[in-house]
Amino acid sequence: MLLVVLEHDRGAMDEAAREALNFGRGLAAQMGAPLHAALIGADDADLVAEAGAFGAQAVYTVVSDVLADFGPEAWGEAAAQLIRRLEPGAVLAGGSERGNEIMAQIAARLDLPMVANCIDVQADSGAGEWTMTRQQWGGSLLEDALLNSERPLLTTGLHTVAAERAEEAVEPATESVEVDLDPSLARTMVKDRVVLEAGVTLSTAPVVIGGGRGVGSAEAFAPLEDLAAMLGGRVGCSRAVTNNGWRPHSDQVGQTGTRITPEIYIASGISGAIQHWVGAKASKHILAINIDPEANMVVKADWAVIADLHEVIPAIAEEIKRRRA
Amino acid sequence: MRILCCVKRVAAPGAKINVTADGLAVDASHLGFATSPHEECGVEEAVQLTERHGGEVTVLTLGPAEAAEQLRYAASVGAHHGVLVATDGSAWDPQRTAAALTEAILELEAADGPFDLLVFGNESADSGGFQVGVRVAYALGRPIVNGIKGIEVDLENGGGVVRARREIDGGFEVYELPMPAAVGVKEGINLPRYPTMRGRLASKKLEIAELNSDAEPGGQSLVRLHRPRETVTETEILGNSPEAAAAVVDVLEELGVL
Repeated sequence: MLLVVLEHDRGAMDEAAREALNFGRGLAAQMGAPLHAALIGADDADLVAEAGAFGAQAVYTVVSDVLADFGPEAWGEAAAQLIRRLEPGAVLAGGSERGNEIMAQIAARLDLPMVANCIDVQADSGAGEWTMTRQQWGGSLLEDALLNSERPLLTTGLHTVAAERAEEAVEPATESVEVDLDPSLARTMVKDRVVLEAGVTLSTAPVVIGGGRGVGSAEAFAPLEDLAAMLGGRVGCSRAVTNNGWRPHSDQVGQTGTRITPEIYIASGISGAIQHWVGAKASKHILAINIDPEANMVVKADWAVIADLHEVIPAIAEEIKRRRA
Repeated sequence: MRILCCVKRVAAPGAKINVTADGLAVDASHLGFATSPHEECGVEEAVQLTERHGGEVTVLTLGPAEAAEQLRYAASVGAHHGVLVATDGSAWDPQRTAAALTEAILELEAADGPFDLLVFGNESADSGGFQVGVRVAYALGRPIVNGIKGIEVDLENGGGVVRARREIDGGFEVYELPMPAAVGVKEGINLPRYPTMRGRLASKKLEIAELNSDAEPGGQSLVRLHRPRETVTETEILGNSPEAAAAVVDVLEELGVL
């Protein structure tokens, strides 16, 4: 069996888990093995049905007081015990921050290798070796790797596969599995949550208005804010901007910031250094505004306006107002 | 507080990352080297914690002899001690790296007492295996949470507690780890300072302790590195002046985001 460990937050499945299920469907077929899924800390009919929509034939649920909320150590230990019991041929999770963290906890506990952020996997053809292509440098560079392991532990590169459902939904068999978790594992459980803003966030916004060094100052982001608000979107920025202290780091798009997936990314005054590009490239469409027609961001965009963003952004806002009036 | 920071020497990323002819490494001849960004912030955080609570910061790296540069850089921004686990320069897999770091930490603790906090980068900028910190913390029996972008230490509470914030969509999660603890930190936890002239001078005098490791290779091995195939995009130029705004709004309308 190929076992997919499903990332969820108090019962809401993460997009990375859907991506892993879709990737896992192909990998399970390649292994000639069924696709099964593990739900840690939730026994939820909607989650089970959703796993079935992605082709999972069985879902194992593990529930315990120590799993009442997310905690990397308790999740890792629960999954490790489940894996010892089920002995799957391979284990997969989504390549989100949490997905990679859970898999690392599993790998440490089972003392097995883990290969993070795979984009292509060739299962063992009998020689005892798996091969895979994985992301380095946030995806700017690829690594072909060889894996010697009785039980490959893998994650999929975030947003490198679609979250496509199976052609035909399955009604998964369910099994509740008992595990033995030491109460002390609760030491890394989430203690509290602080919500700073409700509604769309940078990673979920349908429109992102990006600003780079070319914006020039913290104050000069105001027109970008206005345009984002008009479109129900969010403002993002490059690393140069956060390093200058113009915007908080939580607004940064890039390898060390947020990976965005909007319908359109309007990147203004951003040269498009590789570290920024890896956070922006999963955008469905890109429109660049830059005075430099040779800028990397312009070359990689679907559309570009070669002019000063300080004039173009307000003009776009004006045009929208005019059409809405 | 005794704090240990693990850092990695990586090529300084530029506009394009090239690979050496044998496909086994990044060609850094035009790039130079730096401390992986999450870990640079880790050092800054550790230094700030000792400025607030007293104590010392030890920086540990595994890499070629040249990685001493990154230890000296850490000293120039306030770290007190530097330790190098020397390799032959080849890339070590995550299991081997974690085993070597675990051995080194045990050795350092046997000599000078336990560390209250181990600080790792969430993932390295280059190979990005997302696991070394977790493996080391598990081997040492310490609690660890990744993705940390805020740390407060309360030394009064029992044996000490680390309050750690992890950024999530639209807010943050709070964790309370009993010390001794470990964290995987991310860029954005702070804005690292630049070295002062005095710091630079002090870093030249840093005595670097060298440790060796006979950790065995793990199950993952590198075959080759290559650049992803670049998709060529035909960029449609909508205009060269603010008058292009009408064409931009046409695009927004077409995409249904208006």
